[in-house]
Amino acid sequence: MPTRRAVRLIERLQGFLVAILLVPVGRRLVSTVRQRRLARITGDRPAAAPGAAGAGDGEAAEVPRRRFLAQLTMGAAAVVAGLLGVPFAGFVFAPGRRLGRQWRPVGDVAAFAVGRTVKVNYLDPAPLPWAGFAAETAAWLRREGDSQFVAFTIYCTHTGCPVRWEDGADLFMCPCHGGAFYRDGTVAAGPPPIPLTRYPVRVRDGVVEIETAPIPGQSPS
Amino acid sequence: MRLPGRIGRWIDDRLGVSQVVQHTLLHPIPRPNIGRKGWMYVLGSATLIAFVVQIVTGVALATKYIPAPDHAHQSLLVINDSRLGALLRGMHFWSASAMVLLIFLHMARTFLTGSYKFPREMNWITGGFLLGLTLAMAATGQLLRWDQDGVWSVVVWAKFADRVPLVGEHIARFFLGGDTVGGPTLTRFFAFHVFVFPALMFVLIGVHLYLVAYHGISEPPSPGQRVDRGTYRARYAALLQRGVPYFPGGLWREAVVAAALVAAVVLLALVVGPVGPGPAPDPTDVAAVPKPDWFFLWYYTLVWLKPPPLETLVMVYFPLGVGVLLFLIPLFAPYGERSARRRPWAIAAVGATLLVWGVLTGYGVSSYWVPDFDSPPIAPAALGIPPGPAADGARIFHERGCQYCHAVRGQGGRYGPDLTRVTRRMSPEEVRHRIVAGIRDMPAYRALPVGDVEALLAFFHAAAERRP
Repeated sequence: MPTRRAVRLIERLQGFLVAILLVPVGRRLVSTVRQRRLARITGDRPAAAPGAAGAGDGEAAEVPRRRFLAQLTMGAAAVVAGLLGVPFAGFVFAPGRRLGRQWRPVGDVAAFAVGRTVKVNYLDPAPLPWAGFAAETAAWLRREGDSQFVAFTIYCTHTGCPVRWEDGADLFMCPCHGGAFYRDGTVAAGPPPIPLTRYPVRVRDGVVEIETAPIPGQSPS
Repeated sequence: MRLPGRIGRWIDDRLGVSQVVQHTLLHPIPRPNIGRKGWMYVLGSATLIAFVVQIVTGVALATKYIPAPDHAHQSLLVINDSRLGALLRGMHFWSASAMVLLIFLHMARTFLTGSYKFPREMNWITGGFLLGLTLAMAATGQLLRWDQDGVWSVVVWAKFADRVPLVGEHIARFFLGGDTVGGPTLTRFFAFHVFVFPALMFVLIGVHLYLVAYHGISEPPSPGQRVDRGTYRARYAALLQRGVPYFPGGLWREAVVAAALVAAVVLLALVVGPVGPGPAPDPTDVAAVPKPDWFFLWYYTLVWLKPPPLETLVMVYFPLGVGVLLFLIPLFAPYGERSARRRPWAIAAVGATLLVWGVLTGYGVSSYWVPDFDSPPIAPAALGIPPGPAADGARIFHERGCQYCHAVRGQGGRYGPDLTRVTRRMSPEEVRHRIVAGIRDMPAYRALPVGDVEALLAFFHAAAERRP
């Protein structure tokens, strides 16, 4: 097995490294221990800071200058921190891309049977090229009548897990904590506090369109 | 003088090695700390070793992980297949698990021995920050797996954050890097996981260790010896007077534990292997069943448990409150008894926490409330039910989703009660009413045709009568 061989290799390497590093370190330690007696070690506490005593006449004149230099130092430090910190925080903690809302086509009206609830996928507004699959979002779409459609979020209003539509049960069900919603999105059972969020839907030239919505701002608080 | 000795002396003089050795390895520690009680004091260093393993394996993994949403998952599969890749991913996961476990054990030990008391309050508080960062690392780490669970945890987090009053929406947008899971989402979690959090941890670990050196390691408590601001430092200094050097008296245990820990991590990585990545991510795939790693399973259960009016309380203020309370412990009780033998409430608190954590995690593992979407239909013939209304009932029981939450003869979900003997508990009227009107955690099947309800009843009757 390649992993076993690799582990043997690692072990050998480790032994080698230990030999290289630890032997001199160990020697050094042993000699240090020998050199310094325990009593001296335990007694070796840092002495009181020198310089407090012996302030001469010239020192008094130094005080305002020292105070100024101290303030200058702190001011300079603040400048450095500010010049680094502001762009950092401003960039990293920026509210992120606000994309607004966009109407996305999800299929011809004829593709949806009346009374059926199906999942539709559509693109986020202005996805970045490397987003890949992450550029896609889904919603539950239900055709109520000739040109009447209702769209529901796939995010459970409890903790945001994906709800799935179960045709036989005539319910949206959440796998995380057992929440359930009726076909109109109202809470049927379990912990969800509010009905499933609805997305705006419209029909344009025989095509069903859903308006995109940001994930934040849909939850109860 | 011989040459090696002279070189050694030169290096020591210019680098000041022995000075460092003096302060780090040879500083005195209280004699009781090298006794058998010394084993209590290895947990912090073990946590640090786990962190070191995380850094080493993490840096190695970062050389081949692609933190871009369209390629991250694939790159993990490639790492899993590459030479040593699976080993390193396994070590990274198991060491992360060890680190979470150890930091909590370390905290429990510090609490039980009263080591957080005067003058070491700041040791505890910096440790609290480190605990928070460790959990943040655990959470972001799970997410970087960028599988179905990873992507959905971002959504779940954003939804959680969204509930925080006032600033919630901003935090949620911050998690997502914008409006939805998309291009900017993964990179920010990557940057926080590999740069921001570790950098903060380095600083805090530095402070934490400095404080251990500055105040000295806390000595094992003895009952009746109370911590008092006026006398403690003198008493501790006297202990150090009779102390022993940290190396090897104290350090050998930590080294042995470190070796055992790393060996265990490598062993687990070899035998059990890495975790995931799970199925390829897809924010439009609603078949996902997101579940946190074991670190946060207790919270997963807690969120399920809470009574609806207390939702925000449990989801937001409870974790926040626990966190603040943890920080304040040393400020509440900085003096007095340190020994756990004289602090029954401390033992009770640790015991209760452990119990609650265990129960919540246990429920999180079983998570019986999750609908059993894959439960196969019950074959009436297997229960000895002849074709007829009762057999139709078995089919309807499956088709209508009753079986997601209810079992009959052991087949089906576990959220609702087992319905094998429901007709012995309830009258037919009650059963009909329950189906159509629902109750608390059961939806009302208002639109269910009367025939279907009757068929279900027939099925329940048949199931109750027949013995397998």
